[in-house]
Amino acid sequence: MNHMRHFFKGIIKENPTLVLLIGMCPVLATSTTASNGIGMGAATTFVLTMSNIVIASIKNLVPNKVRIPIFVVVIASFVTIVQMVMQAFVPGLYKALGVFVPLIVVNCIILARAEAFAQKNSVLDSLLDGFGMGVGFTLALTTLGAIREVLGNGTIFGLQLLGENANTILVFILSPGAFIALGYLIALVNQLIKTK
Amino acid sequence: MAKLESNFKTMVLSLMGVCIVASGLLGYVNSITEGPIAESKVKAKLAAIRLVVPEFNNNPSDEVYSLPSDVGDLECYPAKMDSVLVGIAISTKTNIAFSGTFSLMVGLKPDGTIINTSVLEHKETPGLGTKMMEPKFKDQFTGKNPGTDKIRVKKDGGDIDAITAATISSRAFCDAVMRAWNAWQKGGLQ
Repeated sequence: MNHMRHFFKGIIKENPTLVLLIGMCPVLATSTTASNGIGMGAATTFVLTMSNIVIASIKNLVPNKVRIPIFVVVIASFVTIVQMVMQAFVPGLYKALGVFVPLIVVNCIILARAEAFAQKNSVLDSLLDGFGMGVGFTLALTTLGAIREVLGNGTIFGLQLLGENANTILVFILSPGAFIALGYLIALVNQLIKTK
Repeated sequence: MAKLESNFKTMVLSLMGVCIVASGLLGYVNSITEGPIAESKVKAKLAAIRLVVPEFNNNPSDEVYSLPSDVGDLECYPAKMDSVLVGIAISTKTNIAFSGTFSLMVGLKPDGTIINTSVLEHKETPGLGTKMMEPKFKDQFTGKNPGTDKIRVKKDGGDIDAITAATISSRAFCDAVMRAWNAWQKGGLQ
């Protein structure tokens, strides 16, 4: 199906984190464990999909010169909604991700997709694009989180993997480790794309 | 429909329209979630109090009072069983944490012995500083009385084993516990 390519391109070919390299700040901050990665990915996917839908449907009502402030208002509204709903109904998840949720507003993946895709394409294509980008972001974040969690803490999804007293590589929990792991992951994805 | 032109009228109207719709929507979501958010905050606080003091049958949140300290007032929750004071939960904080501040709930017996502690809010490094929530570190405080025991990490000449690679967090934890105890010694013995 022709429309589906907008969904699949976000996963590997135009993966926002590993190929387009946008939105690095939350990637480094929220990939300390695999489950943090999934939570942040899910929240971002929701905001990205919803803001893409809204922006694609109001694109003709938005004068060109004020499009950025309008996109930011739309995105910020959805982020605030996600934050309030999480705080009210899943306080456990909010406790783990609370500090990172407001970061979604300034996550340039969302504004970049609004600017580069949603304002020029149909609602359906924008929905698929937003969802695909979100899934790609979640996959990248979870993989990076899993690598850092195993190497730095000896656990995966909170389960002990290497035993209680294993010598782990602490640097992978800290920010420099995120850069190192991310670098290798990008190299791997580049290789995958090349050989295809 | 053709795209709107960028002139003064359309720009003002469309920006205003979007803002009005967005604020209306946010107000609506806020009215739905306000109740559950307040409820879950109260529940979390009560759960933390329950964790650090013996069984009680009053409502500590109704009898809360504040104690002065050098970083602002600390909230004090007396836990009573049939009107007899069995423990006191003090919500305390520290400014010397690895990142920002963190707050703890410390449970004291009426004589000042530490019963248990529970972390309320923190921004410590996941996997390092967060080990302060694990029993291996946390349980060292149980049964110690800051009046006779030295609540400091061993590096500073105290009785507490610091977490490997997270001495700053361990030090801050001791600092928060001592702050609660000092405040209680000064003003809590009513």
